[in-house]
Amino acid sequence: MSNTAVAQVLDTSGELCPLPVIKTKLAMDKLAPGQVVQLIATDPGSKSDLPSWANSTGNSILEAREEQGKFVFLIQKT
Amino acid sequence: MTTTAPRPDLASLLDPELFRRLHEETHKATEIRRVALVASKGTLDMAYPPLILATTAAAMGMECGIFFTFYGLDIINKKKLAGLKVSPIANPAAPIPVPNILGMIPGATYLATFIMKRMMGAQRMPTVPQLLDMCQQLNVKLIGCTTTMGVMGVAKEDLRDGVDLGGAATFLDYAAKAQVTLFV
Repeated sequence: MSNTAVAQVLDTSGELCPLPVIKTKLAMDKLAPGQVVQLIATDPGSKSDLPSWANSTGNSILEAREEQGKFVFLIQKT
Repeated sequence: MTTTAPRPDLASLLDPELFRRLHEETHKATEIRRVALVASKGTLDMAYPPLILATTAAAMGMECGIFFTFYGLDIINKKKLAGLKVSPIANPAAPIPVPNILGMIPGATYLATFIMKRMMGAQRMPTVPQLLDMCQQLNVKLIGCTTTMGVMGVAKEDLRDGVDLGGAATFLDYAAKAQVTLFV
């Protein structure tokens, strides 16, 4: 477990592409640089979609793990 | 093996100041990433791909525009949007595969549409109107094709609020500056 302070938890369990990416983007828009969102997703595509999104937008994925069939990401706004 | 003449160092041929400016300009030009999509089909199943790509592109920080042409114009037509359907004819991948001869029966298209909407709902897929709302929230440019409007008798008031209008040249000018262009 990471001890990074999480500013917002975003649970997109049960939702498919494009929602996890869109909701992450909309949540990040409201945060200040340095703040962290924890995203929970069950869409199998999110495993590669979120890193691609982060790479494209310049935000950082601090942690990515799989937990009981869910993908959990810690994403920091740049 | 042939030997190649050493290539001249480009920077040494150019005025350093000019080289720096060219370098800067080139990188500035690639900073904006743009996706230009054409939506040409007026069926429920074919409305999804351009809208999913557009919302995702915008969420990834890319500029995105969709040109709605021919039957694709129905997607941004307020009067037609609710009536988008899935046809089981010539569609072996329809929710329930139907022999074409049965697909002709009145009600087959209605049934295929009903089943697809139910499947989408069960998977919590956003509806087409919801995706269009997201597009506009994310500043995706929605362009209605004026030629199609003329041919099919569609007025500007029939289209969603906030759409732009344009023809082939408008789209091509927009697409010429895009790194990704797809025709759906």
